[in-house]
Amino acid sequence: MADKTDRLTESTAQSSEASPQIWNLRLYVAGQTPKSLAAIANLKAICETHLQGEYTIEVVDLLENPQLASGDQILAIPTLVRKLPPPLRKIIGDLSNTERVLVGLDMKTSGEKE
Amino acid sequence: MSELVKLLPKSPTGIEGLDEILYGGIPKGRPTLVCGNAGCGKTLLAMEFLVRGATQFDEPGVFMSFEETEHDLIQNIESLGFDLTDLIARKKIVMDYVSVDLEEILETGEFDLEGLFIRLDHAINSVGAKRVVLDTVETLFSGLPNPLILRTELRRLFHWLKDKEVTAIITGEREMEKLTRHGLEEYISDCVILLDHRVTEQISTRRLRVVKYRGSTHGTNEYPFLILEDGIWVMPITTSYLEHTVSVERVSTGISQLDSMLGGKGYYHGSSIMVAGTSGTGKSCLAAHFAEAACMRGERVIYFSLEESPDQIIRNMRSIGIDLQVQVENGLLQLVSAHSSMYNLEMHLATIYKASEQFQPSIVVIDHISSYYLGDVRIEVKAMLLRLVNFFKTKGITAMLSNLVTDRNQFGHNESISTLVDTYLQLRNLEIDGESKRYLNILKSRGMAHSNRTREFNITDQGIVLLDV
Repeated sequence: MADKTDRLTESTAQSSEASPQIWNLRLYVAGQTPKSLAAIANLKAICETHLQGEYTIEVVDLLENPQLASGDQILAIPTLVRKLPPPLRKIIGDLSNTERVLVGLDMKTSGEKE
Repeated sequence: MSELVKLLPKSPTGIEGLDEILYGGIPKGRPTLVCGNAGCGKTLLAMEFLVRGATQFDEPGVFMSFEETEHDLIQNIESLGFDLTDLIARKKIVMDYVSVDLEEILETGEFDLEGLFIRLDHAINSVGAKRVVLDTVETLFSGLPNPLILRTELRRLFHWLKDKEVTAIITGEREMEKLTRHGLEEYISDCVILLDHRVTEQISTRRLRVVKYRGSTHGTNEYPFLILEDGIWVMPITTSYLEHTVSVERVSTGISQLDSMLGGKGYYHGSSIMVAGTSGTGKSCLAAHFAEAACMRGERVIYFSLEESPDQIIRNMRSIGIDLQVQVENGLLQLVSAHSSMYNLEMHLATIYKASEQFQPSIVVIDHISSYYLGDVRIEVKAMLLRLVNFFKTKGITAMLSNLVTDRNQFGHNESISTLVDTYLQLRNLEIDGESKRYLNILKSRGMAHSNRTREFNITDQGIVLLDV
């Protein structure tokens, strides 16, 4: 699972510089818990539906990199941070409520525009 | 009971006076709740616990702040003389500011606070922390959704802290009748300390009470505490009046004729003397003689003046041939001015205690104690004076307290405080045949034969001179 997401990040990293519309999302998890796995799966599904080809997902496992938690002020797990486009947005939970994810990421409107 | 006390390991806070009340400190390896209203000093208490831990007990610490930024905290604490920047640089203390902002956070499904645990764990491991402060963890309730999850997670957090065997202080804000806004006291029940900050008659008083201490004895009163330039200072518990050792040594009054009235030798060393008289009867002169004589013998003296500035005292005493300036320069005399209305009683007491502990005087003069009560001897003033007199006795300090009385009740209310002292001198101005005359008599002097004659005296440019009988 971790491998896959890493590759995902890499493959789209180049295009993120070329195109400003690319969504840069970072998902914080702690180990391979059911909540973490659910969040990763839910996020991918949502992105594939609404942002196809225009997103990068970076999964940060805080168990491996605990020092990264303070940078984005992470408390709750899972937390999804929208790094790009600005402004920075944060939502928490396993992303099972798609409606709220779309609202929280402000994805619905901008997704429809494009 | 004493068996239990021994069984319960404690961690000293290092805060002056607090560990005495807690009979050694807060529970080691367990969380303690420190709560109170805004501005009561809980953040400072928690921070001092960490700083003292790092500097005095070789126990590194983590300060996790949910309210103030690291920058603000460091500034506030360093104003109290704690070099937090240095402690952070030396990896004795690590700080983590946890920002919670409701605007940004939307709940989209199940979550937990594992991120907080990981941050705390990372911070603990980075310095090998033995002490942890969470200030104020309840802020999470205003920043994160789903109070049910938060409660579960906080309960898990306190258990987790116990498993980590860190000694923790969790602060909480008091709300109405509840100790903390969200009932943290349900989860942290080993030790609960309540702080209080009250302002009455424009004078602020801080008090501390140990509400609960499972498995340990603790002081149950409300103890006044102060925030001084070097941290929190909790008033020592009144020491037993009978504990101090009594000296048979004598100490000169600085006036040979007065010495002879007191069995030829003067006051007892370590005793307390009250000099009472109306305004202008020579109380300060008598005190200055006493102080100067001690300095001449090479002893240290602190002279607390509640009415006059050091310069004023020096000038006035020079006019009667007593050079206090020289003694100040010699480093034997400390003149301390503190106007009585500037602080509350506790603050005065603290100033006197602190100065006495630092300077180690053999004699202390307080001129004059009546500034504390302005005519009416309230019960708390008497209690304070009792504590003061006891403190001097336990330290073996000879204390002279001057007392301004009014013409109308020269004897009246002073009776109530005269019982506190060993020797009571009375000074009077009487007008006889159009001439003002000064008189002195010894109302009492415990444990010695003393003259009971009223003596006339003059204040000359050579000081106080008793007229021959």
